[in-house]
Amino acid sequence: MDINHQHRLKTRIGAGLRHITLFIAMSIICIPGLWIVLNSFRPTVDIMAKPPVWVPRGLNLDNYRAMFGGAGEGGVPVVQYFTNSLIISVTSTVIAILIGMAGGYAFARYRFRGKSAIFIGLLLTRAVPGVALSLPLFIVMAKTGLIDTHVGLIMVYVAMNVPFTIWLIDGFFRQVPPDLAEAAEIDGCTRWQAFWKVEFPVAKSGVASAGIFAFLTSWNEYALASQLTRSTFSKTMPVGLRDFTSEFTINWGGMCALAVLMIIPALILTFLVQKHLIAGLTFGGVKG
Amino acid sequence: MFKIKLPTWFVLILPAILILVAVVLIPLLLSLYSSFTPYRLTRPDTLYKWIGTYNYEKAAKSWVFWSAFGRTVLLLTIALNLEMLLGLGLALLVSRVTRGQRALRTVMMFPMMFSPILVGFQFKFIFNDNVGLVNNALQSLGVTTAAIPWLVDQKLAMFSIIFAEVWTSTSVFAILILAGLFAIPKDPLEAAKVDGCTPWQTFRHITLPFLMPFIYIALAIRSLDVARAYDIVNIMTNGGPARRTELLWTLIGRTGYVDAKMGYANAMGYVSIFMAIFFTIFFFKKLSAARAELGMAG
Repeated sequence: MDINHQHRLKTRIGAGLRHITLFIAMSIICIPGLWIVLNSFRPTVDIMAKPPVWVPRGLNLDNYRAMFGGAGEGGVPVVQYFTNSLIISVTSTVIAILIGMAGGYAFARYRFRGKSAIFIGLLLTRAVPGVALSLPLFIVMAKTGLIDTHVGLIMVYVAMNVPFTIWLIDGFFRQVPPDLAEAAEIDGCTRWQAFWKVEFPVAKSGVASAGIFAFLTSWNEYALASQLTRSTFSKTMPVGLRDFTSEFTINWGGMCALAVLMIIPALILTFLVQKHLIAGLTFGGVKG
Repeated sequence: MFKIKLPTWFVLILPAILILVAVVLIPLLLSLYSSFTPYRLTRPDTLYKWIGTYNYEKAAKSWVFWSAFGRTVLLLTIALNLEMLLGLGLALLVSRVTRGQRALRTVMMFPMMFSPILVGFQFKFIFNDNVGLVNNALQSLGVTTAAIPWLVDQKLAMFSIIFAEVWTSTSVFAILILAGLFAIPKDPLEAAKVDGCTPWQTFRHITLPFLMPFIYIALAIRSLDVARAYDIVNIMTNGGPARRTELLWTLIGRTGYVDAKMGYANAMGYVSIFMAIFFTIFFFKKLSAARAELGMAG
């Protein structure tokens, strides 16, 4: 009886501790983001206030209004940045997926000499640090006139995303039994038809998750974009964040507003396809 | 008219190879060449002057370079280990929760969507000695009256950078390990319970070995873009103040773009490239070993 009681108490304390730890962990995850969102609505006076203002007051949309406003009022060409980011990310994602699908399929279905060497070689290109790559890329792009163009940045992002895309998609195609396609071919499909009608639908979620990763990578990339873009014509949002900094001061409110604008599309996209994201990461890797 | 019949696999991987050669390989060859020249952006003719391994010797003798190198390795070691342990802990906690688990998992993925540069600004703001959240909270709670120089003091600045880095990347580990926890077959766990294993023994000898491939995938994925930490550091301190948080990447960036010494920067860039390749191969080896152990080799 006494042992039972003790045991129950122990379990309950354990559960309590677990919940408290979890709560603290989740707070640490959430608070920095929420802090940014909150400050995007606060006037600069409140952000800078000493002693700090804890209870939010006078929340308004001034920072957003200023951001979308003319250049004179501390505005930045945010619409232009957003469009640039969107064009560059979407285009490079689509191209990377097409190239990655072809490559992933080849690695999953065909046998050839030097296969694993080529595979590792492809993956290693992804490990090259952005800064180290940006120096020579800058020289090459300057020589070919691709600096400060959409095309230049799209090419770079396609190259950045292709290795990881191939890795993920290869893992997914391996899970589709080859018999399926063979059966379809026996029934009179061409290889091409068999691919689109039989194999692709099964591996669709892998392609989706590869797409999200590619999109997020391009959407958030900074090290290369900061060197390869010059003007509003091709600057992306991560680079645009720098517009709020000057030599000694940072316009925190304005920056938070742009940050919120940057997170929203990524957030929506990730929520929509969460399930694929987790499946993609695990299956692509474990069984690939 | 003649037509060469290329094998199908080659046609399929050709686009991938072409784009990588154009965007990665050719620039890397160029940078390899220029690392043997005194190339300066401001004086294009210096590109044709061969000076052998001078730049590498200069780096090897440079104290600034070695301290940045050591600091980078230290940062990566601490950050990756912390991320792994915290990710494991978080995954274990979340896996025990019965209600609202989906919501928790969603929240856990939150930091993954943040651009590294945004994370940099966010924590620069939060750790700001004057208006930052951390100092404001500490002062309001009466813990301290002084403004703690989070981003100025060497140790505190490294701490802040590691905190930011861990904040963004722990979720990758947590999510993968959580997926691993769900995939564990129930039979061995029950058998262990029947045989009288303590929870620790069960964890150590059944759960953990099964999770290892998942941990290595996370490490492999992370090792592919550890250099993203550059964005965070670049914004938070940019290696400063007075090189106290200088990492290999910030050093390369500054030497190349600010001092315009491209040749020297490229030589150091090669060191960082080899470091990244070493990390990646190391974790991929571990990954395939762990996979083989579970009989999932493919």
